[in-house]
Amino acid sequence: MKVVLENLTKQYQSRNIKGQTVTAVNNFNFEIPDGQLIGLLGPSGCGKSTTLNLISGLETPTSGRIFFGDRDVTSLPPEERGVGLVFQNYALYPHLTVEENIIFPLQNLKGAQKMTKEAMHAKAMEVAHLVQIEPYMHRKPREMSGGQQQRVAIARALVKIPQVLLLDEPLSNLDARLRLQTREELRRIQRETGVTTIFVTHDQEEAMSISDLIVVMKAGELQQIDKPQNTYDDPANLFVAQFLGTPQINTFEARIQDGRVFIGDEAVLEVSGQKDRPVWATVRPEGFIHTENGALTCRLDRVEVMGRDVSVVSTHPAMTGRNIRTIIAAEEAPDITGETVRFNLKPGKVFLFEKDSEERIRL
Amino acid sequence: MKKNNWKAWLYLLPAMVFLGVFMVYPLIDVCIYSLEESYNFASQSYTGVGLYNFRYVLSDPYFVRALQNTFLIVAITVPLSTGLSLLIALGLSSIKPLRNAYQTIYFLPYVTNTLAVGLVFMILFKRTAYTDGLINLLIAKFGAGPVDFIEGPYWAKMFVMCFYTIWVVMPFKILILTSALASVNPDYYKAARVDGATSSRIFWKITLPMISPTVFYLIITGFIGAFKAYSDEVAIFGTNLNAAGMNTIVGYVYDMLYGDSGGYPSYAAAAALILFAIVFTITYINLTFSKNKVQYM
Repeated sequence: MKVVLENLTKQYQSRNIKGQTVTAVNNFNFEIPDGQLIGLLGPSGCGKSTTLNLISGLETPTSGRIFFGDRDVTSLPPEERGVGLVFQNYALYPHLTVEENIIFPLQNLKGAQKMTKEAMHAKAMEVAHLVQIEPYMHRKPREMSGGQQQRVAIARALVKIPQVLLLDEPLSNLDARLRLQTREELRRIQRETGVTTIFVTHDQEEAMSISDLIVVMKAGELQQIDKPQNTYDDPANLFVAQFLGTPQINTFEARIQDGRVFIGDEAVLEVSGQKDRPVWATVRPEGFIHTENGALTCRLDRVEVMGRDVSVVSTHPAMTGRNIRTIIAAEEAPDITGETVRFNLKPGKVFLFEKDSEERIRL
Repeated sequence: MKKNNWKAWLYLLPAMVFLGVFMVYPLIDVCIYSLEESYNFASQSYTGVGLYNFRYVLSDPYFVRALQNTFLIVAITVPLSTGLSLLIALGLSSIKPLRNAYQTIYFLPYVTNTLAVGLVFMILFKRTAYTDGLINLLIAKFGAGPVDFIEGPYWAKMFVMCFYTIWVVMPFKILILTSALASVNPDYYKAARVDGATSSRIFWKITLPMISPTVFYLIITGFIGAFKAYSDEVAIFGTNLNAAGMNTIVGYVYDMLYGDSGGYPSYAAAAALILFAIVFTITYINLTFSKNKVQYM
């Protein structure tokens, strides 16, 4: 089911200052194509969870509309929207067994949709098979590991065959190894069911690795919607460039002058047809080429060896942040010693942004 | 560990001494008194050993009346007060404005002196030479005749008694239940709403099981408290409860010791042990019953 958000806005009364409103979600417009896995990504407090709650119907928007397909669901309560929701803490009913948890949504069906006990059991076994928890049907949630509880929560959300599956930070309560495993699992389940799935995360790696599309948010504002690789290779603004990628992108105060980009007094890049002005220049860690006569001269701090590649940590007067981190393949890195280190920049790994608006300067 | 055992005992000693002197010894003494026939405080003498005290107490019409009263009060007030408290607590937790104000108002009876509350009930129910009492004035509006709630028929007196007891025990229960309800993670309710559960189903399937340990605690302590009722009866009907026909088991024990007809520690001990046996049995049944029903998370 396609999900469309139209001018979606959610404002809250401020808890601290009376009469002041906080805008959690500001004028969202986007369309989530049918059957895709979408990652809502942003730092905490950016309105990701609010967006999810608006789509689920647990919260009502201040203005704007939500469509599932062609159906306007803006004023429908959650149970009539046909959504499945998985909570960060799973919210499994602790006094019910796994099977009772899974059939709970089915028992709430009314009228013609009412199911027999046998039909509910069969349905529960079907989703249990999908998420691979059949051996645990008679356990209580507390007798299971976090990863298993997560699967039960997904099974409960899927049992009514929702049109949209919503997951709020689905992996944040799991340890690192389980997180990787469950991530793959999530992708597989989504592929097998074909349900349009939206999940919230603050972990860019998580979002990058399994999403078909990433929605990057900041302070209630939509920043960019794109394929994961594009958000990395083609950021729409300075925030997206800085938010995505580890190690973080290196940001310099720079200026365009006479068709060239200057960092400090050194011209590092040719740009044509741009008028002279101060800009932000950002360079991905892998965008540096270490060479004797490089255009950019940095003060060498230290070299960190990581096996496959080498991380050169240096400083520059025009940088923002603590240092400049560049990643160079181990075999290409000779012994880097001395006071300074010089680099040329790979043009495709350098992004320029307006000084004031921080919008991308397309070259 | 072994080596320091004496130290552990030393730490426990003060509590054990106090419990021993003020709890264990009197308990044993009560058992002994109950078996000593015609025991006399002053002369410390008795005429024989046996179960005569129990036989006497059980055939004493005053005791039978006290037993009947106590059971009625327990059977009426415990379920009613717990149920009503749950309703009020649910109401309190679903409103936002003025919640604290309401909580304070509902808690007031708990901090009010029993005798002061008793006085208020007198004004509500007692007929004097000057007035029939507030409640009777109200009943009269509907055309019903005046009822003497304090000195009249048994059912009227029992009604006042139960009304009073429920009213007095509710604040504590509301307080405990409100905090139990507040401690239920709201995500469960959100999940249930998304799953399409109706509010009554949410209550029976989620809220009640989640707070069942608290409800059960209130039922057990409610039973025990109601079986021990005495001071509330005195507050309404005065010290001569036998004459009013509103005595309770604890009241009977007190009368046997210190009342006008007092000075029979053996009968008092026997009655106290009978009460103990009743409370013990009921609590045991409660615990057994609750094993399958109460969800400890």
